[in-house]
Order: sequence, then C-alpha cells, then structure tokens
Amino acid sequence: MIQVFNFGIATAASLFFPLHPPAASTIAPQVDYLYYFLTAFTLFFTFLIFAFIFYFMVKYRRRSEDEVPEEVKVSIPLELTWTLIPTAICALIFFWGSSLFFRNARPPANSMEVFVVGKQWMWQLQHANGAREINELHVPLNVPVKLTMTSEDVIHDFFVPAFRVKEDVLPGRYTSIWFQATKLGSFMFECAQMCGAFHSSMHGEVIVMKPDDFAHWLATNAPSQTMSSAGGQLFSQLGCASCHQEDSSGKYPQLAGIYGHQVTLRNGARATVDEGFLRSAIVNPNSEPVAGYSVSMPSFQGQINEVQLLDLIAYIKTLGAARKEAAIQ
Amino acid sequence: MSVAVAELATRSRVHYLNESYGVKSWLLTTDHKRIAILYMVSITFMFLVGACAAALMRIQLLEPAGAIVQPETYNKLFSIHGIIMVWFFLIPSIPAVLGNFLIPMMIGARDVAFPKLNLLSWYIYIIGACFILYTLIYGGVDTGWTFYTPYSSTYSNSHVFGAAAGVFIVGFSSILTGLNFIVTVHKMRAPGMTWFRLPLFIWSLYATSIVLVLATPVLAITLSLMAMERFLHIGIFNPAIGGDPLLFQHLFWFYSHPAVYIMVLPAMGVISELVAAYSRRRVYGYAFVAFSSFAIALIAFLVWGHHMFVSGQSVYAGMVFSALSFLVAIPSGIKVFNWTATLYKGSNSYDAPMLYALGFLGLFTMGGLTGLFLASLSIDVHLHDTYFVIAHFHYIMVGGSVMAYMGGLHYWWPKMTGRLYPDKWARFAAFTIFIGFNLTFFPQYILGYLGMLRRYAVYPAQFQALNVLSSAGASILGVGYFIPLVYLIWSMRYGREAGPNPWRAKGLEWETASPPPRENFEETPIVTEEAYAYPTRPRAVRV
Repeated sequence: MIQVFNFGIATAASLFFPLHPPAASTIAPQVDYLYYFLTAFTLFFTFLIFAFIFYFMVKYRRRSEDEVPEEVKVSIPLELTWTLIPTAICALIFFWGSSLFFRNARPPANSMEVFVVGKQWMWQLQHANGAREINELHVPLNVPVKLTMTSEDVIHDFFVPAFRVKEDVLPGRYTSIWFQATKLGSFMFECAQMCGAFHSSMHGEVIVMKPDDFAHWLATNAPSQTMSSAGGQLFSQLGCASCHQEDSSGKYPQLAGIYGHQVTLRNGARATVDEGFLRSAIVNPNSEPVAGYSVSMPSFQGQINEVQLLDLIAYIKTLGAARKEAAIQ
Repeated sequence: MSVAVAELATRSRVHYLNESYGVKSWLLTTDHKRIAILYMVSITFMFLVGACAAALMRIQLLEPAGAIVQPETYNKLFSIHGIIMVWFFLIPSIPAVLGNFLIPMMIGARDVAFPKLNLLSWYIYIIGACFILYTLIYGGVDTGWTFYTPYSSTYSNSHVFGAAAGVFIVGFSSILTGLNFIVTVHKMRAPGMTWFRLPLFIWSLYATSIVLVLATPVLAITLSLMAMERFLHIGIFNPAIGGDPLLFQHLFWFYSHPAVYIMVLPAMGVISELVAAYSRRRVYGYAFVAFSSFAIALIAFLVWGHHMFVSGQSVYAGMVFSALSFLVAIPSGIKVFNWTATLYKGSNSYDAPMLYALGFLGLFTMGGLTGLFLASLSIDVHLHDTYFVIAHFHYIMVGGSVMAYMGGLHYWWPKMTGRLYPDKWARFAAFTIFIGFNLTFFPQYILGYLGMLRRYAVYPAQFQALNVLSSAGASILGVGYFIPLVYLIWSMRYGREAGPNPWRAKGLEWETASPPPRENFEETPIVTEEAYAYPTRPRAVRV
C-alpha cells in the first residue's frame, strides 16, 4: 500500500520538477526509500490533523453568542492511543534509519583509498599512487571508495548529494566516508559547512568511470612517486629513521607491522593504530604515549603539512604490508 | 450615546497607561505591564532589522550567481538575521512581552516577584542590542549565528567579538527574566490559585523559565571561551595549539537545542489559551498538556548531539541522540492531539487569534514531523546543512512561535490597550501570513533534498525556479506582517473600546478592567475554580 502511495507521489511530482537528486551510489536508493516513507507518513498525519480541524471548525462552529457547548470527558484510553501509536511509529523509523546508518558506517575492507585535504576554498585529492587532483575526483564504477579527509584550516564538509554521503572535514584529525558509485557520469560535490567568504564556491565533481578507463586515467596521471614512496623520502629527510629503525634494541617503537595493531598506552588504555593515531603520534607525540618507551619524541606540529602527513602515514602502512605478506606465506 | 459615555468613563479612569506620562515614567517604571510594552517596542524594532536582512537574502537568491551582494556580505546578512531573530526577537518575544504582561495577572498578583530586577532585564537586553547594532553598523559578523570554531576563534576577520558580546549580555536578561518568573509563580499566586488551577500558559512559561535559568549560563561560558581563544590563543578549540574544535559544538548545542524549546514552549502555552478561549471549553487533557511541557524541557537537554551526526562523533553516540530526538517528538504530538480534541463539540469561533492558533496547529505539525526526518540518522546524513533544515526550523520558529506570538498579541491586545482592532483586517492578515509562509518555506524542503545547501551566496542554476518561488512567497509574508503593524498602531487611537472581556473568556486577566489599573486588581482575587471553567451542558442522552 505504502509502496504504491510512495510511487504515486514520486511520479506525480516528478512531472513538474525532480524530487530527489540522481541516485548514483549503492546506499542512495535505500535512503530515498526511507525518505519517501517518511514523506508519506508526514503527509498522512498532516492531512489527518487538517481534516479533524476543518471538520470540528465547521460542525461545531459557534452559532450564537450564548451557546453553551456540550460536556466532553477526557478519555484516558484515547490519550494512551495517541501517545503509544506515534511512539511505536517513531521506534520503527529510528530502527530503520539507524540500521541503515550502522550498516554503512564502516567501509568494506577492499575499498580503494583516496585522501582529501580541504582548505579555504578548495579541495585537494590524492590517490594512493600519488595522482593528485584539485576539485575533481575520478573513481571507478562499482568499486567501494574510502575517503580519508582532513582540513588545513577551518571545518569543511564533503558532501556528494548524488551519493547521499556527507561528513565534516576537521582540522587536526581524520574523518572518513565511503561510497560505491553505481552510475557513470559526473556528480557535484560541495562543501556543506560554512567556511568563510567563498564557502559556496568550494565545490567540484566526482567523475565515475568504467574500471578500465579509470585504470588508464590513473596510469597516465601517475606522478613519478607514489604516496608511500614520497612518504619514505620524508621519513629519512625528517630524521625519523634515526630512531625508528629495525635494530634500536627496544628503545624506540618499531613501526613495521604496527598499522592496524593494538598498542597499550602509558595510562593503561588500549588503542588501535589507525591513520588518526599515527597522525597524532607525529604532530602531538606526548598526548598518547605508548607504554614501555621512556624517551619522548619531538613534535612535528607546524613542520609538516597535511599532504606530507598523509604521505608519511602511507609509508608507515607499507612497512607492515611486507611483513604481513611474509607471515601469510 | 452610551458608547460615548463608556468612552468618557475609560478616559477618566486611571489605568497603567495614563497614571503618569513622560519618558521618565516609562524608563524608570517597575510595572510589569509597562516593562512588557517596553519589550514589545524593542523586539519589534529588532524584528524589523532582522527581517530586512532576510529580505536582502531572498533578493540575493533570485539569481544563482547572486543578485545583489558579494558572498562576504551575504554571509554577514544570514549571520545578523540569525543572531537577531533568535536572541533579540524569538527568545524574548512571548516570555518577555506576553509573559511579563500576563503572568502576574493570570495568577492574581500585583506584579512579578522582583519588579526592579524585571526592569534591569530590559536594560540588559538594550545593552546587548546596542552591541549587535554596533557590530552591524561597523561591518558585521560573518560566522553564522552558531559561531563555529575554529572559524570564529581564529579565521574570521569580522566583528566576532561585538556580536558575541551582545549575545553574551542578552543571555543575562533571559536568566533574570526566567528567575523572576519562577519565583513569581511559586510565591505570588492569589489565594485559591492551586497548581492545577493555573492556566496552561503559566505551566509552559514555568517550564521555559527553568530551561532559561539552566541552559543560558552554558552559552555565556561557551562564548567567553571562544572570545578568550580569539584574543589570548589559549588553545581550547584550535587543534593547531592542542584544542578540540568539536568541543565548541557540544557546548553550543547543549545550550542551543534547549533554546529551541525556549522559543517554542511559550508558543504552546499561548495556543492552549487561544484554543480554550475560542472554543469555550477546558483544554482537553489539561494534565497531559501541562506535563508534556516538562517532558519536553527535560529531554531537550539530552538531544544536542543530533546537530552533530556528521561531525565525526561516534556512531553509537549518534544512535543514542537519534533515539532521544524521536522521544522528544512524542510530548509535542500529545499537545497537538489534545488541542485538536478541544475543538470537538466546542463553540468554535473564527476570530483572528483563533485563525493564528489554527495556523500554528498546521504549521507546527508539519515542522514537527519533518523534524523526524532529521532525527533519523541515515536521512540526516543527506539533509544536514541543507535547505531542508532551514525549512524545518522555520516551520517551528516562524510557523509555530511567530504565529503564536501574533495570535497572543491579537488575543490580549484589547487587554493591553483597551481597544479592539478591525477584525476583518486581522483575519485577512492571518491568511496572508499563512499563504506567504508556506510559499516561502515549503519549496525549501524540496530544495534541501535536492542538495541545495544553507549559507550559500551562490548556487547551482538548477535550483533557481524553487528559489524564485520562495522569494516570491517571502514578499507576501512581508506584506502579511506589515498589515498588523499598521492596524494595531491605528487601533490604539481609533479602535473600538474593548471593555474588560471582549471575548467572554475565562481567566483572571479578563476579570479586571482593560487596560488594567497599576495594581492589576482593585482587590486581590480569591480563586474558587479551575482554569477554563467554561459552562457546559450535560451530555445529550439519546432517547
């Protein structure tokens, strides 16, 4: 019934103007479905209230100044009905909306990674092979893509209406979203968080390509260095290697294989080494010191920008990969 | 001839408006009724300033590339519009004008508990307003009314301090008003005025006052921290020096979500009075309506995180805040159903205040139901910061609170001035506002889902048609607000004499003369019946 009704209003209204942006990702149709359910629910209750008001206002209009209305007793069952039925419907919508959100909260393990840095008023994007883009993002069709995002200055927000994904992009930490595009073409992305004078011009396009075309694009745009090799170069330039080397006799943390593992902090808490952990370990090393190491590391705050930080983290991640593969074999 | 005699009688009678004359008698008054009038004039002025900003915004958005101003100026327009409308119009509107005027009269008191403190609140409001007007004249502020860090604390080059100082100061006006109302309701009730004989307007303003007193200090702290960060670089919000930019959002919304209910709870109180008076019956489910105000006030403190679903807060926190946000919708629903049920078998009239009340019911219902979209996590991800949010809260704040304020003003205008306004014009204005409002804000729901973002000075061309529709609606809405301004001022001199109770309504405020004497009542009333004790005839028995 509701489906038919939803479909009805969607088609009727779309004759005049579109009611939703293109649905070009795996989650977009799921979000739209809940949206149309809620729209139908809203229209139903609005018309219900309107209908009652009109009916009562006409039927029980004041006919003379001295009219004395009839007594009406408060009915507790009626009060309970209009408390409990809305509560039940709200619970249904809550579980529907939350489960959809929860299912899509974590990117699949095989996601292609792209790194995003927002700054007033542009987007810098970088692929793992080092290919850089400004205000454009090329992605392959039907492949999950994970964006790891940070800001050089104020809070921005990366929003792709056609994919129904949005997340704030904060200075000093990483946030991430993921999507899997299901339609070829180009789709607008915009900054959704007010970030200053040219906030409304901070937009670009996601270009969804066939996987073969994308591979070709990626190869032709590949710079001489991948992110991790650029990171490796920084690793030696900044002198990281002098402490974090293979045979430092346990004085300094070993970085090989550390990504994705749990470590114990000096305060006894456990933490997973992810991008965010590595980032704060570089720029603010004494905020979450790892247990077992007494020497404190100098901070690299202000000496390294967000793009370099992402390179460095990409390099640290590769240090683990070689060992893991060896272990599997 | 008898009319002329009555007129003469009112003129010669001493009441709060004519007991003394001159600027000094107004600026040094401690009469809650005169202070209410002072507030009414001040907030009307601020409303006009905020409305001018809105008008310029709607003109700008007629064209995708922006019709009149630079993006930087546009940012200042929406910032000043938000700051003025929230803190200098909506928050003081019903409490400081209607609340001040009516609370003592409704409970049978001569004044509020602390009359001098009451006057002080108004002066604090004026000082805050001066800061805002100074900010506006000297170049404006561009952070939005939300002052998000680190933009406000580090990057903005506009007059953030002036604006934040204005908001900081006006907060104390709210706190003092809230405190005054709480003590007044506890200590000043007339003999026989028990809690369950109180009009629902008092219940909802009491709940509002509690929120005002508890939440507003958090705003003061938050803005002080932001200002300290801006001048002293102490590193609370700026991550470059060890701060956390999200901390500001938590603190800000811990105040500002309850603030939404500061704006809407008093409106609910007004609607209870209007529906009862114009259907001539007791509000259906009095206790349910009264306690739902407290449920709202309580849960309002626990839902701030729903403004931060996409801020990077944890998924689990998001789910808890989502669940609580659905919960806060229930008591509002209970109220709407009870008000509608009050009309059943009533003696319903179509006077102008009733039309505003019915407008409120429809618009508030839509505003509330669209709130469920935003409480729902996966939909909010898409709708956050779009025009859907703008449409939703304007349905609550303008469709709800402003409609109720206008309705209340029309209902109690004869009491305040002793005069009646032309009813036909008033009904025409109520219709114009309802039509103009829907034309302005309904298209914004659709724009929002399509991906049009708020705070955009320029926008993609495919959104133009709906934006033009919205701007056209805004011009009708503007006319709708202008008409009452004219006939209400006109009525103060030329309106018909109202007499003590033109609506034949129940309530202590209608038992005294219009305008009331300085002491409200000739002698302290003794209350022997519940609120809304309208006569009813027994249920018809079918034979």
